[in-house]
Amino acid sequence: MATERQERTIQEVKDSDPVCDGQAGLKFVHVGADQAVAYITRLRDVQGYTHLVFFTAIDYIEDSIFRLTYMVHNYASRQDLGVQVDIPRQGATMESIHHLWPHAATYQRELKEMFGIDFPGSPGVDDSFILEGWTGIPPMRREFDTKLYSEQTYFPRPGRVTHDTAAYMKEKLYPSEAETW
Amino acid sequence: MKESNMDGLQTTATETEQQLEDMAKEMRLANDGLLEQDKGYFCDVRPHRVEPYKGIMESFANWARSQSLWILGFGTGCGAIELRPLMTSRFDMYRYGIQARPTPRQSCVFIIGGYASVKTLKRIVRSYEQMQGPKFVLGLGSCTVNGGMYWDSYNTINRIDQYIPVDVYIAGCMPRPEALLGGFIKLKQMIREGKCEGMNKYIDDFDWYKANQKQIIHDWNMPDYNW
Repeated sequence: MATERQERTIQEVKDSDPVCDGQAGLKFVHVGADQAVAYITRLRDVQGYTHLVFFTAIDYIEDSIFRLTYMVHNYASRQDLGVQVDIPRQGATMESIHHLWPHAATYQRELKEMFGIDFPGSPGVDDSFILEGWTGIPPMRREFDTKLYSEQTYFPRPGRVTHDTAAYMKEKLYPSEAETW
Repeated sequence: MKESNMDGLQTTATETEQQLEDMAKEMRLANDGLLEQDKGYFCDVRPHRVEPYKGIMESFANWARSQSLWILGFGTGCGAIELRPLMTSRFDMYRYGIQARPTPRQSCVFIIGGYASVKTLKRIVRSYEQMQGPKFVLGLGSCTVNGGMYWDSYNTINRIDQYIPVDVYIAGCMPRPEALLGGFIKLKQMIREGKCEGMNKYIDDFDWYKANQKQIIHDWNMPDYNW
């Protein structure tokens, strides 16, 4: 069943009038995965979005998708545009954009390591980025239990206690301040 | 009859040789992480204990050591930011005989500045082993004690003392330079009392430390002991 997020594709979006669900100077468009690179190329070459600000992913495990966000910036109109692309989590693969911005290769390398999203043809995409010799599932995927992994791997020191901050403040430290929490 | 005796003798001789070889192997480090052609470049001798001098000689040496602490200038985490004010005129660590050195070979105090990711831990182990003895480790910040605010992270270790021996912990997040100076004074006191035997502890429990390190550093591509 397609969710509302997935139904919004490039067909609904006119180039001149991107979907606005952000603040002034920041807009987002939703684009289908097959049209995304063509769309971004057009943004860069025709519409003046010459700067790739960042390129990141969000794991929507409920919808079985990764949402990629290409944030591009237009210096002339001082406009940020986030191009959002949904790709399936299973066997996640996306077309590389390193030919548009060379530094995109670094983002893609990071996404490969942290989310397991493959970008075939991107330079050095299979090299380790910050995790050296990581063998488990990519740690930014939401099915990865970071607390469990830490407890099993890193010799936790016994005796760690967690307090509810507001209650602890009220009880121990600053009774008057606790009212404002 | 004679021939079979000879056989028996030869077997015993081979066995003895085998035993000697095994013993020699036990004293050697395997260096499994290195490529075969690189093994010749690295030393494979196990580190050995350095026994303290006797009596007043050791007391004198310890006093001298405590008066001249050279820090390895390797900020392993965010805690290293507290070392900068320590150098400047307000806190002035030089009046205590403490100063920073650029390489592990020249320094004797290693400050673990807060959280250590697995990637950094590999460099910490390398640097620590390259430092010449006697050497001391200060754990700066809560992260070195029990992981601090990164205790449930996938990539930062919880307890530095599982991987290298620690002499003094300075708790806090971050501890102020005053606390750091307090830690140094404590360290000096311990050195004078002859309690800082971390280097020998590392060598005594060498296999345990190595097992812990290799358990989390999966791409072990360095010698087993960095001389």
